[in-house]
Amino acid sequence: MSAITTEKVVVQPAVEQRRRLRWHDKLRRDRSLLIMATPAVLLLIVFSYLPMFGLVTAFQQYDIYYGFNNSPFVGGYQFARLFTDRLFWQALENTLVISAVQLVLYFPIPIALALMLNSIMSAKIRSFVQAVVYLPHFFSWVLVITIFQEVLGGAGPINHFLRENGMATWDIMTDPATFKYLVTAQAVWKEAGWGIIVFLAALAAIDQNLYEAAAADGAGRWRRLWHITLPGMRSVIVLLLVLRLGNALTVGFEQMLIQRQAVGRDASEVLDTFAYFYGVVNNNFSYGTAAGVFKGVLSLILIYAANKVAHVFGEDGLYRR
Amino acid sequence: MTTEVLKRAAWEEKPTPAGHGAKTLTIAVVLAVILVPIYMVVITSFSTQASVNEAGGLVLVPSGLTTAAYEQIFSNQLIMHSLLVSFGITAIGTAISMVVSVLCAYGLSRSGSFGHRTILMLLIFTMFFSGGLIPSFLVVAALGGYGSYWSLILPGAVSVFNVLILRSFFSSTAQDLIDAAKVDGAGDWRTLWSVVLPTSKAVLAVMTLFYAVGYWNTFFNALLYLPDNGMWPLQMIVYTYTLQGNSMPGTGVTNTGQYFGHQELSPLSIQMAVVTLTLIPILLIYPFVQRHFTKGVLLGAIKG
Repeated sequence: MSAITTEKVVVQPAVEQRRRLRWHDKLRRDRSLLIMATPAVLLLIVFSYLPMFGLVTAFQQYDIYYGFNNSPFVGGYQFARLFTDRLFWQALENTLVISAVQLVLYFPIPIALALMLNSIMSAKIRSFVQAVVYLPHFFSWVLVITIFQEVLGGAGPINHFLRENGMATWDIMTDPATFKYLVTAQAVWKEAGWGIIVFLAALAAIDQNLYEAAAADGAGRWRRLWHITLPGMRSVIVLLLVLRLGNALTVGFEQMLIQRQAVGRDASEVLDTFAYFYGVVNNNFSYGTAAGVFKGVLSLILIYAANKVAHVFGEDGLYRR
Repeated sequence: MTTEVLKRAAWEEKPTPAGHGAKTLTIAVVLAVILVPIYMVVITSFSTQASVNEAGGLVLVPSGLTTAAYEQIFSNQLIMHSLLVSFGITAIGTAISMVVSVLCAYGLSRSGSFGHRTILMLLIFTMFFSGGLIPSFLVVAALGGYGSYWSLILPGAVSVFNVLILRSFFSSTAQDLIDAAKVDGAGDWRTLWSVVLPTSKAVLAVMTLFYAVGYWNTFFNALLYLPDNGMWPLQMIVYTYTLQGNSMPGTGVTNTGQYFGHQELSPLSIQMAVVTLTLIPILLIYPFVQRHFTKGVLLGAIKG
């Protein structure tokens, strides 16, 4: 009994020392690697993590002279105000409607484009088409909307043509009723081409022998598409759907902001612009932050729910079960 | 990008004429929808007033060409300064972002290194949760970023997504070479500089383009943090004077679109010349980097 006790007393420090030594050695060995990671980590701490603590201001009546530390706490007052604000509900509705329209009208386009591009036989034409469809991704929203404005706007060539030929003109850039389709068209023009990259990768990963075997069994072009190509893209499609649903409350902040003047607040206000206008422009920081917190929490719930759905369909989604 | 000529497999049926025609037509329409508006913007900036009047807006086939719009904007203080600001932000921002991201990506690329898992989680968490617009604004403002150029660079200097792509590239492609360098007694800094970077040129080119385009397109941060139009980058100029149609100081382009300077020049040409200025750097660099996209981007996307 006493022997065991002594043994324990003797052994324990030795183990501890060895562990500390290994820990130390590792730190010494990887010193340079840690120093390399430091600048990025510092930037993220200041500009990503520090603002997270700033979320506390949603429960305050923030005053710029008192700052985060000394502004008075008002509990759930900002949220109570938010939930009785007609403009907030309208912003939420606009966000969800635009998101839904984009899901239906935008989402399938990159898939279709990728399939079409994949079937181009000439490598030259293929890389040219690829280069062109990726290009608008690199334009700013200011530029994209300017181009839309000049082409489709009241003073653009299309309305000019309609006017010259005695037909009714239609300034789609200022029409609130069709704004959701306009922003979807802009998103398609800017991002749909870029969106095909990930589908092209999925297509390249499909085993070509499957196609030959299916063809030998008499499966035509469309049956091969249905039974081989689409199942091969399934994981990527589900992953992107999960991401899209998780981001359902984020709809082109800059895009809405830039077009607000032309189309009016009622059609263009989304959650992000609501937070910006009430928070920054009207200096009501706590109210804007409360809208941001509402959006953040709802987004986390959406990501979780979308993943659950993905798991039900036997896919990994964003993370495994 | 594949360079080999693809051959139709023996078992694959020939496309029907209708199917082939429909495909060709669709591709032609897609290309036209993207390229024609860009072409019209550029050609309008070079068009005479007569051409613009004749077209009643953007010009498709100009009846006369002139560089008057460019002479006009190159002699405009506000626009020239904004051009300088945009180039400065882009050059300095891209340099900072690349150095910080490459170092971080390499620092985290060795599996089993001290703390790399924790730091990685710290990075990834910021992709899913953020303090949001207003707390970020208040932090930047509290640090003195309001009215200062660093507010356009530092808050977004690290793109975690880009770091992850670089990291997966570093940890997969160059591992054998890194081990060999280690055997030769090279330290981590030396290995990064003379082994990893030279073998990663494609992904570095793509990342540089991503960051540079991001800085070049900076709009909202300028709107948020720079109240003085004398400090604005080019995107803010396009937004304010082309899109919103406010009168541009020093060009004679007014709210109502009338132009009091050279009579042979349409205000639209001046506006489109400014738009073209924002396009040119992207169009110039893009072709050289574009062929690396699949290599540099896909690798990261697949490996996650």
